[in-house]
Amino acid sequence: MNKREFLKGAIFFFPAAGVLEALNCSAAGNALSASATAGYDPTNHWYGMGVDVDRCIGCNRCVEACKIENNVPEEPFFFRTWIERYQIHADGEVKVECISTKTPEERLAMQNEPLDPSVVRTFFVPKLCNQCAHPPCVQVCPVGATFQTKDGVVLVNEKTCIGCRYCIQACPYGARFLNPTTRTADKCTFCYHRVTQGLLPACVEVCPTEARIFGDLKSKADRLVSFQRDNKIGVLKPDLNTEPKALYANLDGEVR
Amino acid sequence: MKLPEQMKRLGVIVGLFLVVVITRFFLLPESWISARPHQAAKVVREMAKPVHYAGMMTCRQCHQEEFDAKLAGYHRTIGCENCHGPAAAHVANKDDKAATPPKHREREFCLGCHGYLSSRPNGFPQVDGQAHNKGKRCVSCHDPHDPKPDEAPKDCGGCHGLIARTKAVSTHSQLPCTDCHQVPELHTTDPRSHLPTKPETREACARCHDTASTDPAAAKARVDSASHGRTYACWECHYAHLPEGPK
Ligand code: HEC
Ligand code: HEC
Ligand code: HEC
Ligand code: HEC
Ligand code: HEC
Ligand code: HEC
Ligand code: HEC
Ligand code: HEC
Repeated sequence: MNKREFLKGAIFFFPAAGVLEALNCSAAGNALSASATAGYDPTNHWYGMGVDVDRCIGCNRCVEACKIENNVPEEPFFFRTWIERYQIHADGEVKVECISTKTPEERLAMQNEPLDPSVVRTFFVPKLCNQCAHPPCVQVCPVGATFQTKDGVVLVNEKTCIGCRYCIQACPYGARFLNPTTRTADKCTFCYHRVTQGLLPACVEVCPTEARIFGDLKSKADRLVSFQRDNKIGVLKPDLNTEPKALYANLDGEVR
Repeated sequence: MKLPEQMKRLGVIVGLFLVVVITRFFLLPESWISARPHQAAKVVREMAKPVHYAGMMTCRQCHQEEFDAKLAGYHRTIGCENCHGPAAAHVANKDDKAATPPKHREREFCLGCHGYLSSRPNGFPQVDGQAHNKGKRCVSCHDPHDPKPDEAPKDCGGCHGLIARTKAVSTHSQLPCTDCHQVPELHTTDPRSHLPTKPETREACARCHDTASTDPAAAKARVDSASHGRTYACWECHYAHLPEGPK
């Protein structure tokens, strides 16, 4: 084959391959989306989660349910949602511990701790991905693997994620981790597979005190919209302008 | 007409340019160039993921009795699958014995929520697992779907554990709660609808602590209640349940 023949071949080969691939891709895509997304229009929704800190009893059920629902690795340092315990002392010292990393036995053992009169405030804070309206993790992804859906949920495409960990670094809330089985970034999806069919996220389904409120900020009558009306709402790290959609009521200023 | 050599070369360049443009914008599939089709496919895959928690409302059709009992009781806000674990497989096939949800009757299960822990919110019912009817299963006295104490709780610490424990080690340890709070009877069974009173005037403290007071127990702690602490209420500076302050 001489140079001329090669170039001729190339001119036809690449576009032809492209056409085939395109046909292939769109056929597969159409078949899938027709069955799974039927009747759901993401542009009608804008999801958020309310967290009433004063109601959390620290039972850790949300964390367990999240792991089961989403196949999050068992090891006690991979979380899509987790619970922190704050103990604020009179001298200003703040003790924060993640109770979700403890074993159930260790959590029960916390109950026998002697009273510490120097603690002036103590409470639990549920944490999760803040599903920011302006997500820094999406901006730093070099391959467009992490993105925001039209209904406001940040997802990671595990097929194109290259595991570079930029997003994990960029997340101000520590809400991402590298999934050891897929070797890709992993995070809370607001249980996208559940909420798009009208179910609650697993953590909200099991929360015994209604400390977590899932809702649609575009809805006319929604618990989350009233929640915003009834409470003074705080978000984590507001100065970063990430516009979190995890909305906290009764949030203590010490919570980072 | 014969084209000049320069025009031919230009033609080749323009032609190549067109080939590139057409290939990029019309022939190559979008999935080669942009992340968007991959993201759309991801959304579809995400939505197709299996559900493990069926949701409280699905249990109703077959377990009406438990559902109704729970709806009227203290446990109304707790989803069935909080206690029975994910049950989508059970809902899909109720005859599959392997998927029948477990029933946790061990004490530890209830204590996970009801054991005393200082960080739990004020008013949440808590018991001391070491002391509260030790050795007996909780469900032998309390129906898990409609838990009721068969008698009204005796002591305030059941729901105000941190306050009771704090007061117990303070200089106010000898004062019963009812010295400062009038508690309606129904407060212990329906707490939020029947709230106790709280001190409103400085007189509530001054009756023991004023220099003119005659209460012997507080003899060592006397102040001129008219001038001491400006015009703030006493409890705006002294925490009434730990008046000596955090140590
Ligand atoms: C389609 C009807 C149906 C639905 C829906 C259903 N169940 Fe059941 N469930 C049954 C039947 C029938 C049994 C008895 C099976 C057996 O004895 O093995 C049962 C047994 C149980 C048991 C064990 C009872 C025992 O005595 O061991 C639990 C717990 C339970 N269901 C919880 C749930 C929960 C929680 C849900 C909702 C997520 C649910 N069920 C939804 C039909 C249903
Ligand atoms: C606070 C935890 C808790 C919640 C919430 C709860 N259950 Fe149960 N459930 C239990 C326990 C514990 C038992 C075992 C009782 C026993 O054996 O005495 C049980 C027993 C059962 C049984 C077996 C019947 C029986 O009386 O032994 C069924 C069926 C059941 N639950 C269904 C449900 C359904 C449906 C819901 C939601 C409406 C629900 N449960 C909510 C803890 C719970
Ligand atoms: C997942 C957390 C959770 C578990 C597990 C749980 N409970 Fe509860 N329990 C609650 C909540 C929430 C309330 C309602 C508190 C309120 O009204 O403020 C409650 C209320 C109660 C009350 C009423 C107390 C009162 O007088 O106000 C009793 C009694 C009780 N539970 C017993 C049990 C028993 C027994 C079990 C074990 C079978 C159990 N609970 C398991 C969360 C839980
Ligand atoms: C022998 C029966 C019995 C057993 C077993 C029992 N309780 Fe109770 N429980 C009672 C009675 C009676 C009351 C109300 C009177 C009181 O406060 O002592 C009560 C009150 C409570 C309250 C309400 C607290 C308050 O003061 O309002 C909770 C919560 C509770 N129990 C949880 C549990 C848990 C969790 C277990 C298992 C670890 C358990 N109980 C075991 C009889 C029992
Ligand atoms: C069954 C659980 C329970 C028991 C027992 C209980 N309380 Fe309460 N109490 C509550 C709840 C729930 C609240 C409301 C807490 C809140 O809204 O933050 C409350 C609130 C209060 C308040 C604050 C009222 C206000 O206006 O803020 C006082 C004071 C109080 N209780 C005193 C007592 C005293 C004294 C006792 C014992 C005689 C007692 N309670 C027993 C559950 C209980
Ligand atoms: C020396 C008087 C005194 C005694 C004794 C006392 N309290 Fe109080 N309590 C107060 C005052 C003062 C307040 C604050 C009132 C306010 O902020 O308006 C208060 C507030 C409360 C509150 C509201 C929540 C909070 O932390 O502010 C609860 C609940 C409460 N007390 C429960 C109890 C219980 C339970 C006991 C017994 C273990 C008790 N108190 C004993 C004086 C007292
Ligand atoms: C029924 C009488 C009584 C009432 C009412 C009462 N106290 Fe006291 N108080 C005491 C007694 C007794 C002591 C212990 C004195 C001692 O140390 O010998 C005490 C101690 C104190 C102390 C001194 C603590 C220290 O540093 O040792 C302060 C401050 C105090 N109370 C504040 C209050 C406030 C504020 C109120 C109103 C919310 C109040 N008390 C209501 C009886 C009372
Ligand atoms: C502006 C804040 C403030 C207010 C309001 C206030 N106190 Fe005090 N109180 C203090 C301080 C500060 C001290 C400690 C003074 C010292 O140690 O010299 C004190 C000391 C006391 C003591 C003496 C404690 C001891 O160890 O001898 C008593 C009793 C007391 N207060 C009762 C009250 C009573 C009763 C009221 C309401 C009438 C009240 N206080 C209002 C700030 C306040």
